[in-house]
Amino acid sequence: MLSRIAESLFWIGRYIERSDGTARILDVHLQLLLEDPWIEENLACRSLLQLMGSPVPEEGELTRKDVLATLAMDRTHPASIAYSITSARENARRAREIVPTELWECLNTTSARMPRKVASEKTHDYFAWVRERAALAVGIVEAGASRDDAWHFFTLGRSLEQADMTARLLATRSLTEASGPSWTTILRSCGAYESYLRTYRGVPSARNAAEYLLMDRLFPRSIVFSVSRAEQCLRDLEPRTDRAGVTGQAQRVLGQIRSQLEYRPIMDILNDLPLQMMRVQDATSTASEAIGNRYFPKGNVPTWTGEAS
Amino acid sequence: MVDLFTGYGATTKSRKRTGSGSAWDEMFPDPSSLTPTETRAAYKDVYGALAKMTQEELRGRTAALASSYLAQGVTFDFAGEERPFPLDAVPRVIEQPEWVTVEAGIKQRVLALEAFLADIYGPQAAVHDGVIPASLISSSNHFHRQAAGIVSANNVRIQVSGIDLIRDEKGAWRVLEDNVRVPSGVSYVISNRRVMAQTLPELFVSMRVRPVGDYPNKLLQALRASAPAGVDDPNVVVLTPGVFNSAYFEHTLLARLMGVELVEGRDLFCSGGRVWMRTTAGPTRVDVIYRRVDDEFLDPLQFRADSQLGSPGMLMAARLGNVTIANAVGNGVADDKLVYTYLPDLIRYYLAEDPIIPNVDTWRLEDPLALEEVLDRLDELVVKPVDGSGGKGLVVGPAASKAELATLRKQLLRDPRGWIAQPVVQLSTIPTLVEDGMRPRHADLRPFAVNDGTDVWVLPGGLTRVALPEGELVVNSSQGGGSKDTWVIGLEPDFYHESSARNIQGLVADQAANTQAPVAGAHSIDHSPQDKPLGNSDQQEQQQQQQQGKQPVSVGVPAASKSSAQEDREC
Repeated sequence: MLSRIAESLFWIGRYIERSDGTARILDVHLQLLLEDPWIEENLACRSLLQLMGSPVPEEGELTRKDVLATLAMDRTHPASIAYSITSARENARRAREIVPTELWECLNTTSARMPRKVASEKTHDYFAWVRERAALAVGIVEAGASRDDAWHFFTLGRSLEQADMTARLLATRSLTEASGPSWTTILRSCGAYESYLRTYRGVPSARNAAEYLLMDRLFPRSIVFSVSRAEQCLRDLEPRTDRAGVTGQAQRVLGQIRSQLEYRPIMDILNDLPLQMMRVQDATSTASEAIGNRYFPKGNVPTWTGEAS
Repeated sequence: MVDLFTGYGATTKSRKRTGSGSAWDEMFPDPSSLTPTETRAAYKDVYGALAKMTQEELRGRTAALASSYLAQGVTFDFAGEERPFPLDAVPRVIEQPEWVTVEAGIKQRVLALEAFLADIYGPQAAVHDGVIPASLISSSNHFHRQAAGIVSANNVRIQVSGIDLIRDEKGAWRVLEDNVRVPSGVSYVISNRRVMAQTLPELFVSMRVRPVGDYPNKLLQALRASAPAGVDDPNVVVLTPGVFNSAYFEHTLLARLMGVELVEGRDLFCSGGRVWMRTTAGPTRVDVIYRRVDDEFLDPLQFRADSQLGSPGMLMAARLGNVTIANAVGNGVADDKLVYTYLPDLIRYYLAEDPIIPNVDTWRLEDPLALEEVLDRLDELVVKPVDGSGGKGLVVGPAASKAELATLRKQLLRDPRGWIAQPVVQLSTIPTLVEDGMRPRHADLRPFAVNDGTDVWVLPGGLTRVALPEGELVVNSSQGGGSKDTWVIGLEPDFYHESSARNIQGLVADQAANTQAPVAGAHSIDHSPQDKPLGNSDQQEQQQQQQQGKQPVSVGVPAASKSSAQEDREC
């Protein structure tokens, strides 16, 4: 398969997952701002922006409107849902001959129907729509694509992005002031609240919730699950029969971060959550880069800028 | 802004003919003017937000509320058709200082009812001391001898209660009835709040509405606390009659939010004095059953032999102390409407306190003098069956026809034990959006209380039910009633004390702290080289270097340069 195509598939996976993750995080946090009167809107909005890796203005009061405008609607803002949706579609366009028609149509329609404005009472509907479109895109691939290299690159991208999103979400918590509602929020952001409750049969405690999101082997958005799946994709892309070690840099990085999480006592991780999560994000970035170096075209690729008139 | 409340007072005049004064309006001190503008303090902000909307806008939102409920399956069956549970867009607002009294009154009531049940199914001291006649207890349909001697490990029988309150013509709270069997409706409190925040966010702005989402946690804690002694990690289940039950939505919601199993009778069996559930891993022991099935259907060995909703032997297991049934069997004797009339005395007897929230004045028809008076004034009183719930069998004198009153008269003479009579109380009114526009409608309130044996916790708010037809005083969803989100606003008195640890503020606070911490700087987002926001690659490199240093830096994309670059590429 062409490197260029592989790269597009990888990024389609990442952008789809990013739009989904961002929508979930925003939906739950913005709703919470309304439901819980004791949140300071300005502070909460700032931490939300920061959580998504977006610049936080130094001055002025931030409101949920600002967050919504920046992280959901602004097509030029690199961390926004609109940006992810457009980018997923652009990548699909570049790999149009490989991307299944159904998927292309799904991404294309999503991008075309992306609203420019959302009234404050419709935000929940909008986020639900984003989630549905992401689920549709993923579902099309899962149901119809043969498990060839194209699928592996797509899933690789998705898995890395999932690990990154979950790590971002966890990064803002540190254990000592751990409190029920906020863990509830985090679990709900990942769509994990109900399955968590069933698994642990009880009220959210910091330890259990973190354990669930960090290293549950069955929950697909947990970091360990996502990283393991990414590793599996890498192995499938390049089956090896060597007797010792691994050779790919990406596998090495992912394996390291997974072992760090899996074999470290949970309390150790919790005591140092922001740093640990930063490491996860670094690892996904490094892995992403390594995958790029190994499989994707290098150097300055000429890009299409429009018809010369 | 005139538009929304225009004609509000139009109907208040005509309603006065029902006699006993006009109803207390919760939003407006003077509801009789056609377009009231002066509101009570609690409603000031809500009124301000609503007044900015036109009627069409508000109707649009109401339609959105309804369609969201249809999608979620928050519906009830109306003549075979699935209708969304009716939720009115105007919330009911109660200020914290007032709520404190309501809360205290409910706690007191629940404690008295607990003491009463413990006494009745135990030593019956209240009967010996002549506080309550023995005949009244033994003639109650819900007094079950089978329940005597069954006590949960923490002595709680009323894990969940719903005490129905109303406000009379003076705005004073009164208890209308007690529900300590299987009070339902709490799921609507939880889902009303969620859907209100989603569709009418502007109402919430600037108001400190106390959240209600904690209820499932509190309930689960109370259920676990009542588990048989010696069980470390009790297995709690919710027992539902099945999908055709009208409250099935509530059962699923509670099971979901507590993370416990929702079981039907056929999923359970009893063996060796214990209750088990059939799972793929074989029989699993059940320790606490939060049952939403009536007493008579729980155990065919003890009650109705034809019941398929329960499990034979369950009561034996409970008697042996191997399983806790919550709420306890036989609680119905405490919410018998005739026992209700003795509750003020019982509160004094058991707790040595005066009742905080008074009852509605009630005639006991067993007393021949009372019966005589009631028969004389039948056309101006409300007559209720003692064991009915949800407005079943209730007759409102002024609204009844002569034939109805004649039948009622015969029934009363035949069975005075079966009925009570009360004066017509004009329930308080709250603005509600109906066909004509915004109009006053009568409403009651069901606050929910959870008793875990150490404390009675009252859900801040509760279910407000509104009667949608004009002047209607019977408030029930099975009789065309609507609901309102109920807001308790203002700070909890001990808020800063306890909740800094368990509240979102904690989250925000340490996030805020993190902005100073070197490690918690924002990690920039990866992008495909092709989709990378143009014009900032240098910046990103710088950032990555800086992150290794001390300064947290976030992704900076100069808006102007980036958008122009974007346009170049796209054209």
